Amino acid sequence: MSEVRVGVFVCHCGTNIGGFLDVPGLAKYALSLPHVVFSQDNLYTCSEAGLTEIKNAIAKKKLNRVVVASCTPRTHEPLFRSTCKEAGLNPYLFQFVNIRDQCSWVHMQDRERATEKAKALIRMGVARAVLLRPLEETEVEVNPCALVIGGGIAGMTSALSLANLDFEVKLVEKENRLGGTLNSLYKLYPTHEEASKLVQSKTEEIEKNSKIEVLTSSEVKEVKGFIGNYDVTVRQGEKERLFKVGVIIVATGAETLKPAGMYGYDGETVITQMELERMLKEGKFDADTVVMIQCVGARNEKRVYCSKVCCPTALKNAMLIKEANPDAQVFVLYRDMVTHGTKYEDYYGKARETGITFIKYSPERQPVVENGSVRVYDELLDEELSLPYDLVVLSTPMVAHNDSADLAQKLKVPVDEYGFFLEAHVKLRPVDFATDGIYMCGCAHWPANVGESVSQAYGAASRASIPLSVGHVKTEPLIAVVDEDECSGCGLCELTCPFKAIRIEETEKGRKAKVIAASCKGCGACGAGCPEKAITMQHFTDKQLLAQVIPLAEVIS
Amino acid sequence: MDEKSKAVLVIGGGIAGIQAALDLGDMGIKVHLVEKKPSIGGRMAQLDKTFPTNDCSICILAPKLADCFRHPNITLHTLSEIKEVTGQIGDFSVKLRKYARFVDEEKCVNCGDCTAKCPVKVPDEFDMELRKREAIYPYYLQGVPAVMTIDRENCLYLTRGVCRICEKICTREAIDFEQKDTDVMLNVGAIIVATGFVPFDPSGIAQYGYKRYRNVIISLEYERLICASGPTGGHLLRRSDNKPAEKIAFVQCVGSRDFKNNRYCSSVCCMHATKEAMLAYEHNPKVKSYIFYIDLRAAGKGFQEYVARGEQKYNISYIRGRAAKITEDHDENPIVWYEETLSSKTKKTTVDLAVLATSLMPRRNVKELAKVLGVELDEYNFFKTDPLNPLDTTRPGIFVCGCCREPTDIPESVAQASGAAERAAETVMR
Repeated sequence: MSEVRVGVFVCHCGTNIGGFLDVPGLAKYALSLPHVVFSQDNLYTCSEAGLTEIKNAIAKKKLNRVVVASCTPRTHEPLFRSTCKEAGLNPYLFQFVNIRDQCSWVHMQDRERATEKAKALIRMGVARAVLLRPLEETEVEVNPCALVIGGGIAGMTSALSLANLDFEVKLVEKENRLGGTLNSLYKLYPTHEEASKLVQSKTEEIEKNSKIEVLTSSEVKEVKGFIGNYDVTVRQGEKERLFKVGVIIVATGAETLKPAGMYGYDGETVITQMELERMLKEGKFDADTVVMIQCVGARNEKRVYCSKVCCPTALKNAMLIKEANPDAQVFVLYRDMVTHGTKYEDYYGKARETGITFIKYSPERQPVVENGSVRVYDELLDEELSLPYDLVVLSTPMVAHNDSADLAQKLKVPVDEYGFFLEAHVKLRPVDFATDGIYMCGCAHWPANVGESVSQAYGAASRASIPLSVGHVKTEPLIAVVDEDECSGCGLCELTCPFKAIRIEETEKGRKAKVIAASCKGCGACGAGCPEKAITMQHFTDKQLLAQVIPLAEVIS
Repeated sequence: MDEKSKAVLVIGGGIAGIQAALDLGDMGIKVHLVEKKPSIGGRMAQLDKTFPTNDCSICILAPKLADCFRHPNITLHTLSEIKEVTGQIGDFSVKLRKYARFVDEEKCVNCGDCTAKCPVKVPDEFDMELRKREAIYPYYLQGVPAVMTIDRENCLYLTRGVCRICEKICTREAIDFEQKDTDVMLNVGAIIVATGFVPFDPSGIAQYGYKRYRNVIISLEYERLICASGPTGGHLLRRSDNKPAEKIAFVQCVGSRDFKNNRYCSSVCCMHATKEAMLAYEHNPKVKSYIFYIDLRAAGKGFQEYVARGEQKYNISYIRGRAAKITEDHDENPIVWYEETLSSKTKKTTVDLAVLATSLMPRRNVKELAKVLGVELDEYNFFKTDPLNPLDTTRPGIFVCGCCREPTDIPESVAQASGAAERAAETVMR
């Protein structure tokens, strides 16, 4: 390559950086570094105006390396890379220097030394930029077929939507019929439509749709591959079936906590809301005084979270009890009544009008069930009450399925501390996994009511529709490459790789490691472990990293 | 992708509209994204940080703004409004009114030379009227498109026929007073409504003293005050005396869960109050916050943990009870009077600043828009949806997401936006 010409753009980020570092000074300093032919400070380098400055400088100053010193590559590297690309520069000739998250935000009290640190960071970035090489993205085809795991309302909705867009769908359900949790429910809040009716209409729609193949009593056994090209083994009884799919939607739902050992739970006079649903559905409800206790096994030390659906569920069942037996007395013992939004606040109001009694208890003084009555300290009355009961109903939270961790492992996706599936970004990527080509919806992600599950199911279908519609995906070239001449075929890399993205193959030169580009995440585990130093991480070569470390060593010494 | 598939119209350029447009665009479907304001970004652009991760709001939003602007399948129509919709699902004709910006978007580079010389000073809407701006102005610093706009209500030349200083200053000849409002016809197969919310104006609740007391503000004003790019550079200063606020009361359910105003719960306020109190403490560890609430509704992922962290590490006290009234002492310190329901005692506490968590309401012109679209609103003027089929309006081919259908937090708005995009895709790809 001809002469290396680096341009450096230093961002004020409003006052986020500019308020704490001498940003114009940094731009001036950058110009003194080897190979830097242009530098500039911008109020917001990421604004349209800032991006235009970069593009203009690439053209006018013939830049062939671009360095931006600003916020964080986590959010902004893709933007600057594509800006370079638009200006005709290979996007991998861009280098990010983090002077906000790793400098101005953590050294707000010491402008002078923070500015010195930023100088060092910029110097390191420029040193690495000089050694960057252009890299090309690779394209892989996407199999126009989706695997939807879980046949509850979320999974059924996603499957139907994708089928309506003309994609093949394999819908895998563990139980012997579709419907999931809805099969255990009587009526749905806030409309009091029968759950079975909703299941029936969705099931019929699915049966009529030739694009969807339903596999009941089935489980996903193994998943191999990567976005666009997953090989899925599904076990259906004795049989095993193999599918090639492009994308996967996880809609496996959740279950409700069994309150063993809590409040004298016995399944007869002390039961769960789910058991009450069955009673009501089968017309077997027979009680005059019912006490419901909220937050049983939730919002405590072990399970800190609020399960969200239990308050409206209690309201619904309390109202259904009043419908079945208008003389029944229903007490709801709650901590905070969680009825969000326009529909559920009204629903709460409606419940109050039917004469249901609400009693606020505190976590410090939990209700006690003993000798046919519930003792509860009413926080608002500042009084201890004793409520004789025919039936106690415990509202227990939704918890992740026991086997969710197992499925997570097969898919190589993360779960949170409670076993719910973990999304790529809490705010802006609520139905995506960090792994491309896998999406989630419904209670597998977090407790959700039917409406929320349906919204998310369409959302996950939308995200999955993107690669399916386009028909191919581009994969980043930040991957491992093997120098076959150096590789001894020892197989250590294959053992090390957490993504199953490298394997030993027989070649003309003997046993050699081979990287599956679309599966490789560029984590570097194989490269670090290779005894022959035969594996290089593209874009993070030893040379590039050392070039970055050396100026730092100089600064420190 | 079938090249002939119809385009989709997305109304509203906040995070919901942006996400819907991006999903559709990425699927290969043409999108018209219409925004009434001079730039896209919506309410999320006004927020400082977002709960429960305390991610900087504009920092995570800005890349999406740029993605929309540069997307080959997305056409942005800012300063635009829907005037007429005819036709039916799969084939709607839409009349779009594009208001004159009086600035050539192609020529303007947002340098600010014009703003520096403009003699007009008016309250800035984006910064919740906490600072003044000029009549030619950028809607906000990271706004997209990144160009100036002339405010026709306040420009001296457009109102009184004198001035034109900006025109003389601009070396790029980007000022164009000849621009006219134009009507554009679009043909689309489906429509997504994502018009967001406005905060409730609490001046009608006289006992809280909003607008009477300078140190009683609403949440969105607070967001701008604590934001580094806001009117005070992120310093939480009282409006009465510019002194830093160190004792802060957050009053919840203002206009919400209130039979005289909005009966519904606004869903996001328990969490944003917690966040706002945390941010104050992060800026100044001397800060003590009180959150007055009725029910603490923290049901999303990581929300209970967030509240616990607020209590344990950020010096926040949660007090159950609706604030009865706010008065003021002679130093303009707000005094919050409340019944602590847990002890049934009437109490008061004097603070430096009181922040009212005002309910999220439908936009004022929403009835007009619903009429143009031929869809129904619910009793609160949110777009009417079936709880079990939540993204479809009452008219086939028109879908809805985000706060215009019900108050919702950002993750749920984003999930709904993707979902509405899918519903629209099902319509146009059929």
